[in-house]
Amino acid sequence: MVELTLPKRSQIKTGKRYKAPSGAKNVRVYKIYRFDPETGENPRWDKYEVDAKAHGPMLLDSLIYIKNNVDSTLSFRRSCREGICGSCAMNIGGRNTLACTKGHDEFSGEITIAPLPHMPVVKDLVPDLSGFYAQYASVEPYLQSTTPDPEKERLQTPASRDKLDGLYECILCACCSTSCPSYWWNQDKYLGPAALLQAYRWIADSRDDKTKQRLESLEDPFKLYRCHTIMNCAQVCPKGLNPAKAIAEIKKMMPNK
Amino acid sequence: MTQSPTPPKAAYRPLSPHLQIWRFHMTMFASIVHRITGVATIAGLLMGVAWLWALALGPQAYTCFLTCASSPLGLVVWMGVSLAGFIHLTGGIRHLIWDLGYMFEPKKADTLAAITFWGAIILTVILWVALFSTGKVQVML
Repeated sequence: MVELTLPKRSQIKTGKRYKAPSGAKNVRVYKIYRFDPETGENPRWDKYEVDAKAHGPMLLDSLIYIKNNVDSTLSFRRSCREGICGSCAMNIGGRNTLACTKGHDEFSGEITIAPLPHMPVVKDLVPDLSGFYAQYASVEPYLQSTTPDPEKERLQTPASRDKLDGLYECILCACCSTSCPSYWWNQDKYLGPAALLQAYRWIADSRDDKTKQRLESLEDPFKLYRCHTIMNCAQVCPKGLNPAKAIAEIKKMMPNK
Repeated sequence: MTQSPTPPKAAYRPLSPHLQIWRFHMTMFASIVHRITGVATIAGLLMGVAWLWALALGPQAYTCFLTCASSPLGLVVWMGVSLAGFIHLTGGIRHLIWDLGYMFEPKKADTLAAITFWGAIILTVILWVALFSTGKVQVML
């Protein structure tokens, strides 16, 4: 359901300001969303003044620096620090991206860092993605064949293999789904760009024999057709993929399934 | 055997900010405008119905309608409605192009959205220049 404002207990108050040590040059201000489930108080914006020269070039470096040196209570997910695990997906400067592949010098002025939009927040920058993962599971993201297993691998022509480019690279960071206003308002019924891109990854696979069933399961006013081509998904994908196009390809296949 | 501790009550989870922090994209703006102009076009349709209705009610009602409709304010409303209609029309063509699977690259999609806006503005200007220059519309003060 469309709700343009945040619920009362989710509204964000002004928080603390952590001053930079005197003499610090190149001070950058990070405005970070904070929520502590143990106090149950409303979320707040804390501001951290940090010497940008004191840490590495990426936003993840900034966050780790703040956690190590300024405020150890700051929570966020991170793992690979090279854009392949998708853990540090968050909203930076108003757009969803991976903190580890986004440089702080790509922004001017104060940098706002918030959790992925319109999601339940566990703590600080950590959203609850269990619904997102359940949707991914619902598209049955694995090869389903009606032929018996061959002795070696299942073969595919290079042309058929090319059809999976731009699909298989998805790291399930949830940047796209949580960028989508349709997903914001209907995430209980609309599968969202990430799950639909994955659905198309298996529909497009020449080795999969369940194409018809896969299309039929998506034939639903909400699951697929809540996509209104707003294109936020393609605009923010940190891997440069295009879920909007994948969804359009599924829609194109529907009449001939 | 010790009793397992009762699980803590499900903690409250606030909703993370969305529109409050989002930096708009051209295509997101175009999508919202497409919806709003759709509603405005319906309003224009109702104005057209009112026109026919006035005609059916007789000369007095029709003169009254025309006086309102061709007053400066009335003309501004008509121009707005025609602009909305053209934006919705060109936006519809944009969606047709997307439905065929083209112009999905973010930069191309942004350009396409910009083209449809400018196209709608140009079409509206052409319409009103044509209406005024052929004398079909005159301002009644």
